Amino acid sequence: MPAVQETVDRVRQIDVDQYKYGFVTDVESEKAPIGLSEDTVRYISDKKNEPAWMLEWRLEAFRRWLTMREPTWARVDYPKIDYQNAYYYSAPKKKKELASLDEVDPEILATYAKLGIPLREQELLAGVVRPEGERRVAVDAVFDSVSVATTFKEELKRAGVIFMPMSEAIREHPDLVKKYLGSVVPTTDNFFATLNSAVFSDGSFVYVPPGVRCPMELSTYFRINEANTGQFERTLIIADKGAYVSYLEGCTAPMRDENQLHAAVVELVAHDDAEIKYSTVQNWYPGDADGKGGIFNFVTKRGDCRGARSKISWTQVETGSAITWKYPSCILRGDHSRGEFYSIAISNGRQQVDSGTKMIHLGKNTTSRIISKGISAGKSNNTYRGLVTAHRKATNARNFTNCDSLLIGDQCGAHTVPYIEAKNSSAVFEHEASTSKISEDMLFYCRQRGMSAEEATALVVNGFVKDVLQQLPMEFAVEAQKLISISLEGSVG
Amino acid sequence: MLLEIKNLHVEVEDKEILNGLTLSVEKGQVAAIMGPNGSGKSTLAYVLAGKDNYNVTEGDILLDGESILGMAPDERAAKGVFLAFQYPVEVPGVATMTFLRTALNAQRKLRGEPEYSTPDFLKLVRETSAKLGVSQEHLRRAVNVGFSGGEKKRNEILQMAILQPRLAVLDETDSGLDIDALKTVSEGVNRLRSPDRSMIVITHYQRLLDYIVPDVVHVLAKGRVVKSGGKELALELEAKGYAQFTDEAA
Repeated sequence: MPAVQETVDRVRQIDVDQYKYGFVTDVESEKAPIGLSEDTVRYISDKKNEPAWMLEWRLEAFRRWLTMREPTWARVDYPKIDYQNAYYYSAPKKKKELASLDEVDPEILATYAKLGIPLREQELLAGVVRPEGERRVAVDAVFDSVSVATTFKEELKRAGVIFMPMSEAIREHPDLVKKYLGSVVPTTDNFFATLNSAVFSDGSFVYVPPGVRCPMELSTYFRINEANTGQFERTLIIADKGAYVSYLEGCTAPMRDENQLHAAVVELVAHDDAEIKYSTVQNWYPGDADGKGGIFNFVTKRGDCRGARSKISWTQVETGSAITWKYPSCILRGDHSRGEFYSIAISNGRQQVDSGTKMIHLGKNTTSRIISKGISAGKSNNTYRGLVTAHRKATNARNFTNCDSLLIGDQCGAHTVPYIEAKNSSAVFEHEASTSKISEDMLFYCRQRGMSAEEATALVVNGFVKDVLQQLPMEFAVEAQKLISISLEGSVG
Repeated sequence: MLLEIKNLHVEVEDKEILNGLTLSVEKGQVAAIMGPNGSGKSTLAYVLAGKDNYNVTEGDILLDGESILGMAPDERAAKGVFLAFQYPVEVPGVATMTFLRTALNAQRKLRGEPEYSTPDFLKLVRETSAKLGVSQEHLRRAVNVGFSGGEKKRNEILQMAILQPRLAVLDETDSGLDIDALKTVSEGVNRLRSPDRSMIVITHYQRLLDYIVPDVVHVLAKGRVVKSGGKELALELEAKGYAQFTDEAA
């Protein structure tokens, strides 16, 4: 892989403190009072100028949440979270409505520059060769909790695509939001999703009308900036009949002492013949060498293949967070619908990852594919947890699962917990799994040829994850490869 | 003198395998090392390459007059030490082409030389593999994964041809090869013989030396060199066996 060299160079540049994105931007911010109550929910809703029905929806979720208990079944271990000792809303103080990028706080733009996140679309395209003309990327940048800039809005508008912050969609497209919000992940779904429903601050809303192929990749970058502030993103993507959209999401967060809670919800709806491709590169602060201070990431991501012949594909590269609790899933409701899950989950240091997917076959002739690559290094634990199930009416359901684990060193753990349920005798489910180790012999062989231990590890790991990296859009594949090497720094030698 | 091994003592897991091995290889010389099983042949190969857990307790190894004992395996590789493994290791998911390029550029970087550009590298690999009869399809396959014994050994020679070492150590390159594969691999090695390159050919059998004809033959027994001679020494060993030397060394 040509980028291997580059990744290794990048690793070398990382300073002692490993996490280069651990800096804080000095922007004045506006916070909700500490703690969580109905007043907090009202405060958030008010800040967003939300209509009454939205506030009611939030309050209902909040009341429900009060009756729920935090799940404990995942293979993760963390100190009890004090939900009353966190801030649930924080927004950079705005001077006025923004008309263009030029009006964005230069501090914020500088932060993105430091991260290497190209807010301006031309930068994103620099050096990327496109086969046919140029493919464009629209960026809806989320800084802390408020979307500060949205680009390409006009062109998307011409195609009829709605791409805007959730808070705006609630005001401008209430009918669509009312119809779809919570229709895939209901407010009662689980502890963290319900919490999100009550206090979500912002996120992205995408609607692609029937027969429209979204003219560009949609991309949102998330970044936690405010100390002790949980981020509760809410994303909703709808592809109407025959529509196609590819959405990219990536995040980094600054170094902090306190644990930062994150509980996002992403809902995808694909109607007849529609396709949604959702890609994530996640590299949030994983904590220091003792595991202190990292992000707690409790995410509910679910796609509903609501229509016949619809397709939803999740691709994720997970390298960050102290705790990862995340199972992007597909409900294969429409006949002949298809779900895919491609995942690279890397854990190092004291990180704990419990991630996987659910493929729920309800319609006839539905197919799904799961390719999961887990890499554990340091003293980390990495669990794949997957559910493949066929409803009794789901005749001819097909699933193929491939679940590989790679261990680096002898103090980490890899665990695989696949659940398979078939209530229809015509279902065919295949499951392949392997666990391997970067052996001393393999390292010595590479080093005898002139590679350093880091170069050898990067080479072997990139080989291991190749199948999944190929699923990522090109902009992300390169970034992801860099991240993989960065997150494995110090795991050998 | 390219390589000087002086009174080398090596322990593996607290057991002394080499005890007082002394050996010199001249620049451009092809030296055969023969010996019975357990005489320390493979240990010598690993020690030269710098493998972990092969502990040198006494003596020294000089390459061009410089001790390499304190050098990591990749530093030694960059200095021109190459080991053709008896059992080449599989590297799943990594195309042979990628592996070659990563290795070559890593060495060049360590030596402070410019890295190969993509077109230059492709040209180099195409020319080299064509000479060795290695197909383009082979270059796309993952390193040694699913290779036959012959393909693995040929892959070692391809790496050697790309990396152009000053000292090549061939550890039982003939093991597991049928006669056709043996010929192909030997031809590849012979093509790489050069006044600037020394080779140590380690083998149990004389057969390989019919194809790779050495300048000198050293007999290794119980961890040291017990006899040295010309290429005819190999034939003598073939006729009389190793028993005389194991007795002498005892």
